[in-house]
Amino acid sequence: MSFLRVNNLSVRLKKGPPLLRRVSLQVAAGDVHGLVGESGAGKSMIGKAVLGILPPSVEVTGGEIWLDGVDLLSLPLAERRRRIGATAALIPQDPLTALNPSHRIGPQITDRLVDILGWSRADANRRALELLAEVQIPDPDRVMRSYPHELSGGMRQRILIASAFAAEPKLIVADEPTTALDVTVQKQILKLIAGMQARHGTALLFVTHDLGVVSKVCQRLSVLYAGMVVEDTSVADFFAAPRHAYSAALLAATPKYTDPAAGLQPVPDAVIAQVRAEVVAFDRGAAHG
Amino acid sequence: MQILRVLLLRLLTTAITLAGVAVIVFFVIRVVPGNPIAMMLPPGATDEDIARLSALYGLDKPMITQFGIWLSGVVQGDFGTSITTRQPVLALVLGRLPATLELSIMALVMAMILGGAAALAGTRFRGGRTEGAIDVANGMALSVPDFLWGLVLILLFGVLVPIFHISGRVTPSLELPFTTDFYLFESLFRLRFDLWADIVAHMFMPALALAIPLAAIIVQLLKQSLKETMNLDYVTLSRTKGYGETRVILREALRNAALPTLTLVGVQFTFLIGGTVIIERLFSYEGLGNMAIDAVINRDLPLIQGIVILFAVIFTGVNLIVDLLYTVLNPRLRHG
Repeated sequence: MSFLRVNNLSVRLKKGPPLLRRVSLQVAAGDVHGLVGESGAGKSMIGKAVLGILPPSVEVTGGEIWLDGVDLLSLPLAERRRRIGATAALIPQDPLTALNPSHRIGPQITDRLVDILGWSRADANRRALELLAEVQIPDPDRVMRSYPHELSGGMRQRILIASAFAAEPKLIVADEPTTALDVTVQKQILKLIAGMQARHGTALLFVTHDLGVVSKVCQRLSVLYAGMVVEDTSVADFFAAPRHAYSAALLAATPKYTDPAAGLQPVPDAVIAQVRAEVVAFDRGAAHG
Repeated sequence: MQILRVLLLRLLTTAITLAGVAVIVFFVIRVVPGNPIAMMLPPGATDEDIARLSALYGLDKPMITQFGIWLSGVVQGDFGTSITTRQPVLALVLGRLPATLELSIMALVMAMILGGAAALAGTRFRGGRTEGAIDVANGMALSVPDFLWGLVLILLFGVLVPIFHISGRVTPSLELPFTTDFYLFESLFRLRFDLWADIVAHMFMPALALAIPLAAIIVQLLKQSLKETMNLDYVTLSRTKGYGETRVILREALRNAALPTLTLVGVQFTFLIGGTVIIERLFSYEGLGNMAIDAVINRDLPLIQGIVILFAVIFTGVNLIVDLLYTVLNPRLRHG
């Protein structure tokens, strides 16, 4: 039974063009599911919809989001927030803006445990210290009492990862968690997330535009174009033989560090034309259906 | 350490500012037409009388000598003697200061409560009718000056529905057991709630008249910066933790959004204190402002000087407090 099941989710700008076109995907407990696509393909939008943080300019026009056996979209707002807070978590994209500058680190890790899940402050602090040690932060006691501006970007991302795992969620959405970091730090953070995921058995929805990352951490992936899932397959199958022409072109466009002479391969125009035609056909079908 | 350095630096600049104010006020009120001696003598006084009285108050000496005498007195804490009341200026001014401070602080508290509540409500229900209503009320509050609000309040709650007193600071027939001039605070301290209620009933309308324009400014600024803060990443992250929208606003957004508002409130608070001059007159409230108007009418030069210096001290003091508060609220400024 999948822990997260998204059925035919459609999202659009209010009175504007569609952003997600009947997206469906399933993430089994403990699995890592990659969401790849170009900028604007809607991969982050899926993560936001699952966590109930779609921007106010956007509306859900149809579909279901089943999280742990409950359709989130059928719940009233407060109840939906509580359920998401208790069972899911976010590793945000930019660690520099995702921590509140006027609160100390400690409360930002323990707040959910104390306020939403009703832990005692002492238990929550003990748990936060354990997690900070697990994400390899030296001197966790001092860090708990620090303010965000006193810590580096890599440290802050480790803290956000610790905070995401604090309540042992069943699902974590990682929204391009390494994009804002130094290349040297990216690899460590990626390894850390993969290691934590494996140890805690958490399902992970991994939003990225880096197929190299997908090949290392994911079991399945969905390829998106213009808010449409063009391919949903296992990572092994994808890298062996992508079924959709766009997927194949995307794979070919990934730079190969082993062969610098190969140069960059843009997605061919013919493939773009083909996948665009599919989007148009979909919209026409939706308009008539 | 940082706070101490800021404090020392500010005390130095404050001293320079006050010296400048002292020079300007001293010479300006002697250059403008009007003569205190002429105000004191009855019509038909001889030139000899005028000369004698001028000599008595030292007004016959060259202006620069007069300034020297006054300044050396001020440095020793002697602000001279009021010409009209023949009492020491310092005692007169300090006797009225508590009334004006209490009125200003009450107005500030009212403005922060009113403005803060409206800004929070407008943010919580943003994009809806509640926000629209708040914006309309806000525009009205901003476009009418404090003394007109004073008149409106007098008509509404002094005449039509007389629930507040329209003049004075306290009902004159009451026995006052106070040892300080801080009636509002001392009545609370002595647990004399009967007196406290009477004082509040006197202060309520002048304080509200002063508070309304400031509240409107607070609403405008705080609501704007709250709305911007509500779209920041850390606020979004806290939504995924399970918090409801009200708690998100109060816990995550308010403190960071309040910072820019706070600086402006400091500046505006000094305008509010300036506004007490007319408002105190309107409500016959026995504070510094009322005294200032009388002093100007009577050309009571030493008293005007004393009041202006005191206002300058208050203004610079308020700015200093705001700067320090800013440092305390914003952890990033603490280790500069």
